[in-house]
Amino acid sequence: MGKKLLIHNDNVPNIHTLQVYREHGGYASVEKALKSMTPNDVVEEVKKSGLRGRGGAGFPTGMKWSFLAKPEGVPRYLVCNADESEPGTFKDRYLMEKVPHALVEGMITSSYALGANTAYIYIRGEYFYVSRILEKAIEEAYAAGYLGKNILGTNYSLDLYVQVGGGAYICGEETALLESLEGKRGNPRIKPPFPAIAGLYGCPTVVNNVETIAAVCPIVMMGGDEYAKIGVGRSTGTKLISASGHINKPGVYEIELGLPVEEFIYSDEYCGGIINGRKLKAVIAGGSSVPILPAELILKNDKGEPRLMTYESLSEGGFATGTMLGSGGFMVYDETTSIVKNLYTLARFYHHESCGQCSPCREGTGWMEKVLHRIVEGHGKPGDIDLLWDIQKKIEGNTICPLGDAAAWPVASAIRHFRHEFEEYINNPGKIKDVKHYYSTQSA
Amino acid sequence: MSNEIKFNEEAMATVNKIIARYPQGKQKSALLPILHVAQAEFGGWLSPETMDYVASILNIKPIEVYEVASFYSMFNLKPVGKCLLEVCRTSSCWVRGAEDVVKHIEKRLGIKEGETTKDGMFTLKTVECLGSCGTAPMLQCGASFHENLTMEKVDALLDEYRAAGKLRSYTDMDYKNTL
Repeated sequence: MGKKLLIHNDNVPNIHTLQVYREHGGYASVEKALKSMTPNDVVEEVKKSGLRGRGGAGFPTGMKWSFLAKPEGVPRYLVCNADESEPGTFKDRYLMEKVPHALVEGMITSSYALGANTAYIYIRGEYFYVSRILEKAIEEAYAAGYLGKNILGTNYSLDLYVQVGGGAYICGEETALLESLEGKRGNPRIKPPFPAIAGLYGCPTVVNNVETIAAVCPIVMMGGDEYAKIGVGRSTGTKLISASGHINKPGVYEIELGLPVEEFIYSDEYCGGIINGRKLKAVIAGGSSVPILPAELILKNDKGEPRLMTYESLSEGGFATGTMLGSGGFMVYDETTSIVKNLYTLARFYHHESCGQCSPCREGTGWMEKVLHRIVEGHGKPGDIDLLWDIQKKIEGNTICPLGDAAAWPVASAIRHFRHEFEEYINNPGKIKDVKHYYSTQSA
Repeated sequence: MSNEIKFNEEAMATVNKIIARYPQGKQKSALLPILHVAQAEFGGWLSPETMDYVASILNIKPIEVYEVASFYSMFNLKPVGKCLLEVCRTSSCWVRGAEDVVKHIEKRLGIKEGETTKDGMFTLKTVECLGSCGTAPMLQCGASFHENLTMEKVDALLDEYRAAGKLRSYTDMDYKNTL
């Protein structure tokens, strides 16, 4: 049984209320930080912890915090990225829904560390009901003196607000999120300047994922060095993994980084194996943007060593044989899954979500969707596979934000590892039509 | 819905509370949350008149509202049924049977994806990942997530919604699956 730091109390009745949350040790990090640590002490602990951004990029949080500009007389902001829209990812929703005070507490402690007196939680519009849960928690925190003026009798003050989005994947990109928070279309900004210099309203801003901010609480409580002992190498601490697809026990699991992938998939403590005893075919390990890997490469790397749930182990072998931990959106596909059709749903997703600013992404995502559509409908042409490869190559690295790469990688990896399936579709169009084998369901 | 586009007192109080969250002069930040309120208040969609009204409240140009409303998928620029059924179709939902759910609803309601029933009760829409992958297949209607769907569950839901006959909005509090 691994250590849990974030959702260890998720099944305690009424843990969503401030009273019960406090009875289980909640808000201790606010007390400790505000009463016995300087803001810089908190930043140092986060640096020592080795915590890396849990939204997907894995950038060291302490370093991101230390980039924050601190000009005199200019407000600084902390913005929580609760836009969680990466397909396969639903951990932040779980955390906010079950233990909303864990995020509120993290926001207070982190805002104190950064010297922010106003903070926002930007949550995707579809999670409207979760925004209500958060607002309720924030209300309770104000009433208990954890928010507002002179928190716990100190001279530190903080206002915390929730802002709902309008349904746009791109707003998970931090500069698009800031645009949206300013009431505009979610078009990513050209960087530099980075938000640490010019973010919300042109002021220095830190944008962190929900899970990252929640992890600050245990780090402050146990100390950065202790936190860094959990995990393997540069992958420290615990990580929430959203498990979905053809597994017996889909859901959100908090794991210690370093857990073997095979154990995660087959152990009853986690995914509980593949449904109906079928064989594992492929996994997308870190949200839909990261490369898909066939069973043999997700369980073991190209050297035959067991793959671990860490940033480093999952990316071993580069994109030729590896993938990424990403957001921890772990999607499992059994032997009946059509990789081509699955890829089509992802290509459709990225086309729908492209903001349209950069032509390689705007045109390329639509083109890839179109080509994949004709392939899955049995009208694929010889040369379509090479065409797809060519399009994704021309998107990758040629856009303002990472959405272009995110759209390109699934196509590239599916062709790299499952080219034969694309060929089968193109060479046997008649066979595809209405064949149940190519379309797997829950009950089949 | 009355013909005049004007928030009632309660909605106006909510709107003013939202505006107060942002620094002086940055009231445009309140645009997305207020559009949600407006959509819920004025029949489930944003008419040009509604958007102009929101622009006047925030003291911004109407085009600033149009360009935002047309960018985000949750804002309806055309009328929709009282219950907008949004079925997720991305990867994890697809492998767990989202297409069956869509086909079932189409058959049951006698409409195709994107269409509205003649009585104005239901609109069927397919949407991209709603963050409910571990409880697939699923659909969202207003604030409610309906998860681990079976065809029986879908039928019961449609019956319940039709009997209640009311407009479902994202801002509704009567979500079911939580706490």
